[in-house]
Amino acid sequence: MENLIGLLVLVPLLGAGVLLCGGRRLDSSAPWIGTLLAALSFVIGAVLFAGMLGRDGEDRELGTTVFSWVPVGDFRADVGFQLDQLSMTFVLLITGVGSLIHLYSIGYMAHDERRRRFFGYLNLFLAAMLLLVVADNYLLLYVGWEGVGLASYLLIGFWQHKPSAATAAKKAFLVNRVGDVGLSIAIMLMFTTFGTFAFGPVLEGADRAGEGKLTAIGLVLLLAACGKSAQVPLQSWLGDAMEGPTPVSALIHAATMVTAGVYLITRSGAIFDGAPDAQTAVVTVGAVTLLFGAIVGCAKDDIKKALAGSTMSQIGYMILAAGLGPIGYAFAIMHLVTHGFFKAGLFLGAGSVMHGMNDEVDMRRYGGLRSYMPVTFVTFGLGYLAIIGFPGLSGFFSKDKIIEAAFAKGGTEGWILGGTALLGAAITAYYMTRVMILTFFGEKRWQPDAAGEPPHPHESPRTMTVPMIVLAFGSVFAGGLFSLNDAFLNWLEPVTGHAEGHSPVTAVQVTAATMVVLFVGVALAWAQYGRAPVPVTAPRGNVLVRAARRDLLQDDVNHIVLVRGGEHLTRSLVYLDHTVVDGVVNGTAASVGGLSGRMRRLQNGFARSYAVSMFGGAAVLVAATLLMRAV
Amino acid sequence: MSFPLLTATAAVPALGAVATAAVPAARRTAAKWLALAFSLATLLLAAVQLVRFDPEAKGPFQLTESHAWIADFGVRYELGVDGIAVVLIALTALLVPFIVLAGWHDADPLETKSTRWRPTQGFFALILMVEAMVVIAFEATDVFLFYIFFEAMLIPMYFLIGGFGDRAGERPEAETATQRSYAAVKFLLYNLVGGLIMLAAVIGLYAVTAHQLGTGTFSLTEIVQARANGELEFATTTERALFLGFFFAFAVKAPLWPLHTWLPNAMGEATAPVAVLITAVVDKVGTFAMLRFCLQLFPEASKWATPVILVLSLISILYGALLAVGQRDIKRLIAYASISHFGFIVLGIFAMTTQGQGGATLYMVNHGISTAALMLVAGFLISRRRSRLIADYGGVQKVAPVLAGTFLVGGLATLSLPGLAPFVSEFLVLVGTFSRYPAVGVIATVGIVLAALYVLVLYQRTMTGPVKEAVRGMPDLRVRELVVVAPLIALLLFLGIYPKPLTQMIDPAVEHTMSQVEKGDPQPDVRVNDVEAAK
Amino acid sequence: MNPVNYLYLAALLFTIGAAGVLIRRNAIVIFMCIELMLNACNLAFVTFSRMHGNLDGQIIAFFTMVVAAAEVVIGLAIIVTIFRSRHSASVDDAGLLKL
Repeated sequence: MENLIGLLVLVPLLGAGVLLCGGRRLDSSAPWIGTLLAALSFVIGAVLFAGMLGRDGEDRELGTTVFSWVPVGDFRADVGFQLDQLSMTFVLLITGVGSLIHLYSIGYMAHDERRRRFFGYLNLFLAAMLLLVVADNYLLLYVGWEGVGLASYLLIGFWQHKPSAATAAKKAFLVNRVGDVGLSIAIMLMFTTFGTFAFGPVLEGADRAGEGKLTAIGLVLLLAACGKSAQVPLQSWLGDAMEGPTPVSALIHAATMVTAGVYLITRSGAIFDGAPDAQTAVVTVGAVTLLFGAIVGCAKDDIKKALAGSTMSQIGYMILAAGLGPIGYAFAIMHLVTHGFFKAGLFLGAGSVMHGMNDEVDMRRYGGLRSYMPVTFVTFGLGYLAIIGFPGLSGFFSKDKIIEAAFAKGGTEGWILGGTALLGAAITAYYMTRVMILTFFGEKRWQPDAAGEPPHPHESPRTMTVPMIVLAFGSVFAGGLFSLNDAFLNWLEPVTGHAEGHSPVTAVQVTAATMVVLFVGVALAWAQYGRAPVPVTAPRGNVLVRAARRDLLQDDVNHIVLVRGGEHLTRSLVYLDHTVVDGVVNGTAASVGGLSGRMRRLQNGFARSYAVSMFGGAAVLVAATLLMRAV
Repeated sequence: MSFPLLTATAAVPALGAVATAAVPAARRTAAKWLALAFSLATLLLAAVQLVRFDPEAKGPFQLTESHAWIADFGVRYELGVDGIAVVLIALTALLVPFIVLAGWHDADPLETKSTRWRPTQGFFALILMVEAMVVIAFEATDVFLFYIFFEAMLIPMYFLIGGFGDRAGERPEAETATQRSYAAVKFLLYNLVGGLIMLAAVIGLYAVTAHQLGTGTFSLTEIVQARANGELEFATTTERALFLGFFFAFAVKAPLWPLHTWLPNAMGEATAPVAVLITAVVDKVGTFAMLRFCLQLFPEASKWATPVILVLSLISILYGALLAVGQRDIKRLIAYASISHFGFIVLGIFAMTTQGQGGATLYMVNHGISTAALMLVAGFLISRRRSRLIADYGGVQKVAPVLAGTFLVGGLATLSLPGLAPFVSEFLVLVGTFSRYPAVGVIATVGIVLAALYVLVLYQRTMTGPVKEAVRGMPDLRVRELVVVAPLIALLLFLGIYPKPLTQMIDPAVEHTMSQVEKGDPQPDVRVNDVEAAK
Repeated sequence: MNPVNYLYLAALLFTIGAAGVLIRRNAIVIFMCIELMLNACNLAFVTFSRMHGNLDGQIIAFFTMVVAAAEVVIGLAIIVTIFRSRHSASVDDAGLLKL
């Protein structure tokens, strides 16, 4: 059984290797090879899952050490895997959604001449992401962590001939690297504190380390999570990452990779439990991001960027829940899974729309598509209902729990967090309704593309619609299924633990409040976009709208402070290196040269002047000898 | 008497140099094959060394050879290897065949009429000469013997840098020749100054031993032994002065900020294979010598100088990376990246922890391989377009995908992506530094962001975007070039996933060095064993 | 007579010779001044020999004379050659070893 865990990672890795090194012979079969291997890893995951269900709650965890990776002195890093309920959840999500998106890509990328590479990269991503969740120590997790970053880099920049794609890819990698610094420092701190960075000893020994150390570790882990999960202040890359092909946005930048931060915090629960200050930082980041993402999502006209803002916001919910401690971990993960279903579904729907609309992304140029793309409309609509938390659908169950847990934090903090989460729910309802209306309802505002070709919207091929339908099923039923007898909670409890908070409000009150804000949000959007005609070019808007369109000016700040500042710094350093550091040496050389030029003049060729210096020298010598005698 | 393996490993390339130089002008291709054969023979001997070397064995050095040489001055021909040396010799022997292959056409004469003109023979003979000297410098356990070859290396390197450059593209030949000779002279002068200061320290060392032991000696083992017995004791100031003399020379060679400016010139003007020879092979002697001579001969002074050296290496890391970001020339960019990496290596050495020094040694090997991969592919790229300027490229990925792919892998190795070899060493250095000097470790970690920046900017500007007119029609990697790059990349992957064979070699040697400095590793606050016991 | 006086004489002669070498331009005169300095040295050596009561100084004086004689032979020959080629015996004119 244990050996299967390694195989889980190895299968897609093999796929990546074969596809990337395979050469042109594989061009035509590549999509199927890639998809097959992804499906195979899903099957392996399912077998492992079945095996796990067959055991009791306490001994469901599997662990195996494959080989000793870096043994230097006391520093022992092993390549070892650990599969517990938390990892298992992720494995199923990653391989399941991953396989569906592979399938979708067969249709979506059918006309791309570099699709062999695309599937190679997708397989590479699967391997890295699986490694991330089944690693049994932080250093190996780091390998997967950067591996998904690399895959994300390659896939965002997949259409490299577009400078914007190449820039977006670079930006994503760099911002993620800032987060990686956090993870590096966290591992170093663990090593100096515990002498190891394997999950087991670190998490068990956490309560014996001082609170100061734990807070430090917690904060740098939070930095890492911010980078990978696009949380404020490292969120700026996610919007640009939409330059990548849509399946990539669905898989990496919605369902799986961006949730790695939530995994990291949940996995390190024992550390955060011992560091209340770090937890406060986590919930603050989560709360700020859930509002930030939602506001940005309201203003974007690009359908993918609007969804990206929504992703940010939803992950904000998860981070918030994870920061609440044992009362929230299970709900964070539950929302993560349901979000994986409906957000991936929404992105695939968006991709399907773009596919039919000549790759147009501006929602103001859609409209009235529901009759042209019925399957897309229905699946997208179900995803929409799920994300806004319509009663009975997945999002309702998972988001509601998070809001409850936020209130249950207690005290003023609980009221603030709960209020923020409720407000976020209202804005979510607003911007998602907006997306829905602009795309599928209202008048046709279609515009011809750059070549003058008017769009001919049509339903996408079967390989694309099937994954959308499957994901829509997940969006509808997953939440309810998980909540039956608290099934999900009981499943995760051995790993994350669970505690009931002391909520000042009852569950029924929270649900009622959620319904109210949901209704308000939908009504507002309807009033603004459903009743009045929508202009094809965006109106100028007020200050807030314009700021939100520019990601609340975060990019501008980054640009001025980091990019400009960095450019000036490097330029002046290049100048400094040339003039000062090199100049000192060149100056020395020049002064030696000048001095010897002057000395050369002493050699004038007159025998008598030489004689004078000889006599002078002799006289000095004699005088020196006499002086020495005298002394 | 057993077979003198160490002497043979150095003698084979030296012989090869002579043989290659003697090939007649018309038989250029024969000279190339001869050079390749000799470099492969050296690789074989280095492999035999690796096999014969026993990491578990007691004693600091193995496979030792010792003969009287200049008896009057106590100079001995003394060779021996520890785990660090044997690994670095293997690296050198491994890289030279690739350098030879990559430089296959770099020294072809422009006009073939002249029958006396033999640049090709000279080029390959010089490369083999450098290899021989580097190998013996790694093997020497006599300070004077080491010094001789440490300095003598400059001569063939000088001719390699000054005599052979990239084929002129748009710039006139005369201008590139001037630039080249400037770079060569700068290289020579910097290293000579360092070497002369070291010579003073070498003589000083002799004077001290002659004074205290009765007979002067340069033997590392004898001096270390005498210190351990208490027969030899350095006065504090003497030790510090001698340490500084040695360290200065090594810091020039390594190169450490602010003694680094010769490297970008030399690497920029030399052909790519020679640039690899400089940074991946010759410079390693500097960092290696810090570990072997500075720390073992002058442990007290090393501890005394540590704070300053740590600051200098921190500056090197950040400064090198920032300057790399600002470069417009591909080769100079890689040179500044190397300066940043050498900062990491020196940082690891002087962090005085097992992880730091083990990581630094591993870093020397990995940096050699990764820079070789990146630089050689850059060389292939430059030879196609005849320009070193980043701005002259764009969209190469579309035209030559394999070239772009290998370039990316080399770049990712340079930015220490986990899964590739340099990550392991860089992380070890960072952990080793952090466990003793947390603030220094944290600042050094910023270097990994900057590394990502310069690599990705380089890749983006040259490989992605719309295809530039001048790049259109650029051929992809040829078979010979693929033969050079593919093994290097395979090695990067292998050592990234399974570095244990190397760490096993290095670990005992590092422990020995650490015991000389008498510093133990810092201990964690919460012992794992306690945790397990509490279970 | 006090032998120290001879030393004073020797010093005086040496100074005159040195001054001549530095001041005069004519090679022949410079040559004569050099001879004067050599002889001053000889005088000093002989005086020392007398003062210390051994023969070392006198032996060295003989050596000096032999060397001086050889030097005169070669030196005069050179001067004559230079004069022939340049029509001048001034040392300042002979700044180069070739014409």
